[in-house]
Amino acid sequence: MPTLIKMHQGRAALANDPFTSVADDESLPPGDVIISLTRFQSEGDRLLSEGRAVGVRVEAGEEIEVLAYDLPRLAVVALAFPKFRDGRHYSNARLLRERYSFTGEVRAVGDVLREQALFMFRCGVDAFEPADGSNAEQWEAATRRYSHVYQRAADGRTPAFAERREA
Amino acid sequence: MYQYDSIDKAFVADRAAEFRGQVSRRLAGEITEDQFKPIRLMNGLYLQLHAYMLRIAIPYGTLNSAKLRKLAFIARTYDKGYGHFTTRTNLQLHWIKLKDAPEILDHLAEVGMHSMQTSGNVIRNITADPYAGATSDELDDPRVWSEAIRQWSTLHPEFSFLPRKFKIAVGAAVKDRAATRVYDIGLALRRGREGELGFEVMVGGGLGRTPYLGSTIREFLPTRHLLSYLQAILRVYNRHGRRDNIWKARIKVLVASLGAEEFARQVEEEWGKTDPATVDLPNEELARIRASFATELEVLPPGSKRVEARKASDPAFARFLRHNVRPHKAPGYAIVDVSLKTPGETPGDMTSEQMDVVAELGKRFSKDEIRVNYQQNLLLPHVKLDDVPEVYEALAAAGLATPNMELITDIIACPGLDYCTLANARAIPIAQQIALRFADPARAEEIGELPIKISGCINACGHHHVGAIGILGVDKKGEEFYQVTLGGTPENDAALGQILGPALPAAKVAEAIEQMVEVYLRERKDGERFLDTYRRTGAAPFKEAVYADAN
Repeated sequence: MPTLIKMHQGRAALANDPFTSVADDESLPPGDVIISLTRFQSEGDRLLSEGRAVGVRVEAGEEIEVLAYDLPRLAVVALAFPKFRDGRHYSNARLLRERYSFTGEVRAVGDVLREQALFMFRCGVDAFEPADGSNAEQWEAATRRYSHVYQRAADGRTPAFAERREA
Repeated sequence: MYQYDSIDKAFVADRAAEFRGQVSRRLAGEITEDQFKPIRLMNGLYLQLHAYMLRIAIPYGTLNSAKLRKLAFIARTYDKGYGHFTTRTNLQLHWIKLKDAPEILDHLAEVGMHSMQTSGNVIRNITADPYAGATSDELDDPRVWSEAIRQWSTLHPEFSFLPRKFKIAVGAAVKDRAATRVYDIGLALRRGREGELGFEVMVGGGLGRTPYLGSTIREFLPTRHLLSYLQAILRVYNRHGRRDNIWKARIKVLVASLGAEEFARQVEEEWGKTDPATVDLPNEELARIRASFATELEVLPPGSKRVEARKASDPAFARFLRHNVRPHKAPGYAIVDVSLKTPGETPGDMTSEQMDVVAELGKRFSKDEIRVNYQQNLLLPHVKLDDVPEVYEALAAAGLATPNMELITDIIACPGLDYCTLANARAIPIAQQIALRFADPARAEEIGELPIKISGCINACGHHHVGAIGILGVDKKGEEFYQVTLGGTPENDAALGQILGPALPAAKVAEAIEQMVEVYLRERKDGERFLDTYRRTGAAPFKEAVYADAN
């Protein structure tokens, strides 16, 4: 099972993963699951009616908008990074948090490296399955490396221009 | 000019510290070259043909003496005593050792400089009109907006993993001196009906393998909404730009495939869903940035007796005045161009000693300001006319007073095969051969404005598509050939050059330029530039002259 690191109030910690991530050709185990968007569209209602917590895995090329109406029912949106260079999910993460006010877990899975930690965290991702073996301590250090930021984003951090105004 | 405050300073220091850790992990073998590559590219460190190349950002081409002196020091201490200014107004050092890179970043951070976002699929260093704050035809100071973009785009969390590199240029005057039509986003300041300021927003221009001129997607964007509008453009591009093919990943391909109108519609839709107030800079911050660019200029009488006297007695000085000294918005002042194009030298190269000379001149005579332009030259934006003779002498003594701005020897050239792993052919020796052939300044002056631009490969770092004469190096079975294009320009009447005919061998290029110049001198009518004559006559007479032997 991959390592799961979760951010809570700006701190990163190793977390137990109550979810089983299920591929489309696998049979569904009992309990909480993360399934593909396609599978969610055909089986989501049934799974939710069974009282399970459900997460949806969104591929980089899939439009986050199609989930808009289902978001309040979802526990997790897992954003799958096929390559660390594929940055589409940074926009998707911000849209989830800022446009759709999604309050569940936004998890980064796939080619997830600690060099991306700060960018992901700032876009609203709060759970990570790192592919580079990095631990929670390293992950947190990566998110805290800069004492200032220049832009507003989904993490609510005060940007430089607002710091200057307060000073 | 804008001075880094404690926040900006902490930012570049944090960045340098981060990279120091990453380099030590690499040198200790804890990470492989494959894993390290994207990290070093985020810091402008390339592995070139012979050594590491460090590309240092010079945001909107603005330097002061401390910064230029620091660049001189770094080139002297960690490289071979010279650096290369590029068409993106970056400084490249071509002989860097990996172990020295963190120390160099520390040095840069001391003067508020860095090499962030000079590489990688991010919003790159911003370029702008180099005459900012000095020219009477500007509508507003483009540095205010360029600095706003610099801050907003620096380690932008959403836009640091774009489909491809992303370049923005800001023009601010009636005359386009920032090549805004050939960038991913070109911004040109305009005045609205009520006199208010806004930007014409052009998207999807770019050179390289498939050159395009940018399309206007908005005629007038109120300046205060610049950043939120940029966010909308970048978001549409980040989500919908192609990622399957590196050659089709630039925004120009997205704009071309959707059509500019549909692309504009998507941007407007995205922008409409955003609250601009969450992105745009507040007025206080814009005012703070604006104030930092204010330059105190003394009230002086127009003209200078000293300059007039020298001009009358010294033809060389008179020539320098004609070509390298431009009018300033304030009476009694001038903008002085510093040529890095002495015939026989490498275009854009500058030694540490020369950098120190220009730093000193900037400090003493130009309100501590020095600019870099995309033609790979420097300039001193605020020189008192009375001081021009002294500045001229110092420049001449340092080999920096070649009176050739926009003339045939003011050639843009990328580093080409002499340095670059991507290149197919050499660019520097071709530029040198052409410049030497036209080294007589009287002849160059007679020929007049004739920008030649040379690229060593299709990536077009030398802007060959927008040269009145463009030269592109190509590889044919291991031999270097050069394709000639005519009729390009990146200015207000932007146009891409057309291929003249079959590529020429290296030995034939300078001669072909000579033959085309002969045609031009024969055909031109009063006051026509080479470009005008070409537009009037078409390619036929030029083609005939160059390929006559072949038939």
